[in-house]
Amino acid sequence: MNEIEKLDSEIDASCRVSLLALFVGAAFWLVVASVLGLIASLNFHMPEAFANCPWLTYGRVQPAADDALLYGFCIPAGLGVALWLLARSGRTPVRGALVPFVAAHLWHLGVLVGLIGILAGYSTGFRWLEFPRGASSPLFYAYLLLALWAMMTFGARRERATSPPQWFLVAALFWFPWIYSTANLLLVAWPVRGVTQAVVAWWFGDNLLFVWLALVGVGAAFYFLPKFCERPPQTFYLALFAFWTLVLFGSLCGIPQGAPVPAWLPVASSVAAALLLVPLLAVVIVAWRAVRGSVLSKWDHGPFCFVGAGVVCFFLSGLMWMALACPEICRVTEFTWFVPAQAQLQLYGFFALTMFGAIYHILPRSAGFELPFPKLARAQFWISLSGVALLVAPLAIGGVAQGRQLQNPGISFAVISNSTLPFLRVSTTGQLLLLLGNLIFVLNVFGLASAWKRSVLKKALALVKAPLETAEVQA
Amino acid sequence: MKNGFRIFLAALVALGFSWCAFVLAPVLQLGAEKQTTVLNSSDLYPVQRGDFAAQGLQVYRANGCAACHTAQVQQDGVGCDVVLTGMGTNQPADFKAFMKSLCELPDLQNCSDSLSKNLAAWNGALPKILLHGAREADAGKLADKLSAAGLKSEVRIVATGPDIARDWGLRHSVAEDFLWDDPVQLGSVRIGPDLANVGARFPDARWQLLHLYAPQVVVKGSTMPPFRYLFKMEKTRGEPAPDALKLPRELAPPSGYEVVPTDQARELAAYLLSLRAEVPLHDAPFTPPAPAPARPNKP
Ligand code: HEC
Repeated sequence: MNEIEKLDSEIDASCRVSLLALFVGAAFWLVVASVLGLIASLNFHMPEAFANCPWLTYGRVQPAADDALLYGFCIPAGLGVALWLLARSGRTPVRGALVPFVAAHLWHLGVLVGLIGILAGYSTGFRWLEFPRGASSPLFYAYLLLALWAMMTFGARRERATSPPQWFLVAALFWFPWIYSTANLLLVAWPVRGVTQAVVAWWFGDNLLFVWLALVGVGAAFYFLPKFCERPPQTFYLALFAFWTLVLFGSLCGIPQGAPVPAWLPVASSVAAALLLVPLLAVVIVAWRAVRGSVLSKWDHGPFCFVGAGVVCFFLSGLMWMALACPEICRVTEFTWFVPAQAQLQLYGFFALTMFGAIYHILPRSAGFELPFPKLARAQFWISLSGVALLVAPLAIGGVAQGRQLQNPGISFAVISNSTLPFLRVSTTGQLLLLLGNLIFVLNVFGLASAWKRSVLKKALALVKAPLETAEVQA
Repeated sequence: MKNGFRIFLAALVALGFSWCAFVLAPVLQLGAEKQTTVLNSSDLYPVQRGDFAAQGLQVYRANGCAACHTAQVQQDGVGCDVVLTGMGTNQPADFKAFMKSLCELPDLQNCSDSLSKNLAAWNGALPKILLHGAREADAGKLADKLSAAGLKSEVRIVATGPDIARDWGLRHSVAEDFLWDDPVQLGSVRIGPDLANVGARFPDARWQLLHLYAPQVVVKGSTMPPFRYLFKMEKTRGEPAPDALKLPRELAPPSGYEVVPTDQARELAAYLLSLRAEVPLHDAPFTPPAPAPARPNKP
């Protein structure tokens, strides 16, 4: 083993317990999210199913499912990937792994409290910020600790020159505490008055769902795509340009057109959203330059497929985000199923797929074991990808159809409501496929974790046994 | 970008800018918002809800009604309605003939099509909307012609757009409407109808309670989940309680029992009834309709 490989495996080992804690919990919440999502969609097959059960009524389960995916899976998975990536690209191991390990558990505890809170009726009532206060403070401090450790690892890097993935990830580390504290202080702790609440909530939602996820997901893709294709990244300045335009324009989207707020707010948002095309194209070009020529030869490499598909979904969901801010288009798409379709494409199609690829690459190295079911992992790509397509496409198409009908006051609301049902039913099959894919992911992650735990136990047992034997010999 | 500090600075600048624009500026602009006066009146708007109805907003939040309902009406613009209110001694047939002659005038070319369409199936009932959502100039010309002929008419300012035509409100929602709400529940998806003005559409608390208990009974094929856990079954003591639900046979409780709303359900219904954005404001003008007899509840 040469020097470089030795350092690599030392770094991988230094992240082991933190990554296992983050990813095992994330995998668990991923399955919880899809089960909750299925319960929610049951409402459109039999609305009376949970008439007597407050915990499972649509208005609670639906946000709980979204938050389980966002806070339970996306953020801890992203933080784990960021930690490993900053350690690896800075060529320095993570010190004091106990802190991120404890912080990861604190985070997952916060998610548990938050989900129970929503289901018990303590939601704050703001989209993407539903977790009540008892959950948001542990989440905030857990994030601070994890981000601090990742930043310290970054600060201690031996390779001083930074690369594009590092900018994206460092910016993301910094982004969340700011937006999360602002939103919680101004909406929950000392609520501002009137529609200002809605404006702050939209600002938060855009900065979390669009900007934060984009920073982490695109950062990871910029690291992994060249790596998988075994070529050095060559597009430094274009990536820099993508970074700047993404944070500048992305953070100004999110105020819907026609909202009951001072008119300059939606106008500013729609201008920023139109400019979003610039970073979207820049990201696609950087990614394309990294994979050009290797797409066909890498087609059977699982992590590559996941990350590549994630970038494509990022572009599509970015286009849908732009459409929702364009005054002409959003006349039709606003308030329809198109809105959740975009969010699901962003959360699932872009971010979760990218993270699957990253975790399948990182976790075996870090834990020191092979994936227990590599064939299933490969099958998961196709299952999850078709799940995303079957979930998002019907909702988006159904949303446009619904919007066109809503524009025509001659069509009664009941008729519109009925004509969206077939689309919703198809999207339920998409959710079933996603559940299957998620179960495979959990199987692999849990399998790896338990293989590691078994080996630790064996070593501990050996240690316990060893002195006993010598004692017997003496006696 | 050799060092980490510059990345930090880049993020600081971008996020700081968006924070100033979308958090600080709205807080400064709207934070000190006060009640406004109703257009052409000295009444203050909005009036604060009573405690009971305000509590209902918390029930609304806790049960995630905003996952399916928006509470924000939109409009395309404003236009003018010309309403015929009196014909003197003329008969409807005479009036129709007169209008036909008017339609041929070059002044009224813009609106002749909609005029003749609006009058096609008219049986003579008054008041009659002759023109809907027209431009101010056209409406004025028509009103002048009518008054020259000794007919009584009114020009009313109305909001236009699909939401208004669906009877979801008389004007678009504006910032003032939400002054007292905490949390503000604008909603983002219309799986169900908009509720910004639902108290005016269904002013009967009993209707609201029955709909919450069994939406599918009130509206066939409704996909709204029933909220039966907001109600309780009780033994009837003597006379049935005044707010006991009148349920169809398949949902009725066993004899000797009745279904009554809990406090939460009553609060929620009071909140729904308080959702009325019916007054014209400076930034959302319209001519209020003449006080009509209470509208019958329609499903
Ligand atoms: C799964 C989505 C869903 C949820 C959650 C939901 N609704 Fe509805 N709601 C609907 C649909 C669909 C309709 C139209 C059919 C009907 O009237 O039942 C509707 C209609 C209504 C109406 C009648 C409005 C009209 O103009 O016809 C009211 C009032 C109402 N809902 C109140 C509520 C309240 C209060 C809650 C929360 C406790 C709630 N809804 C939760 C879907 C939902």
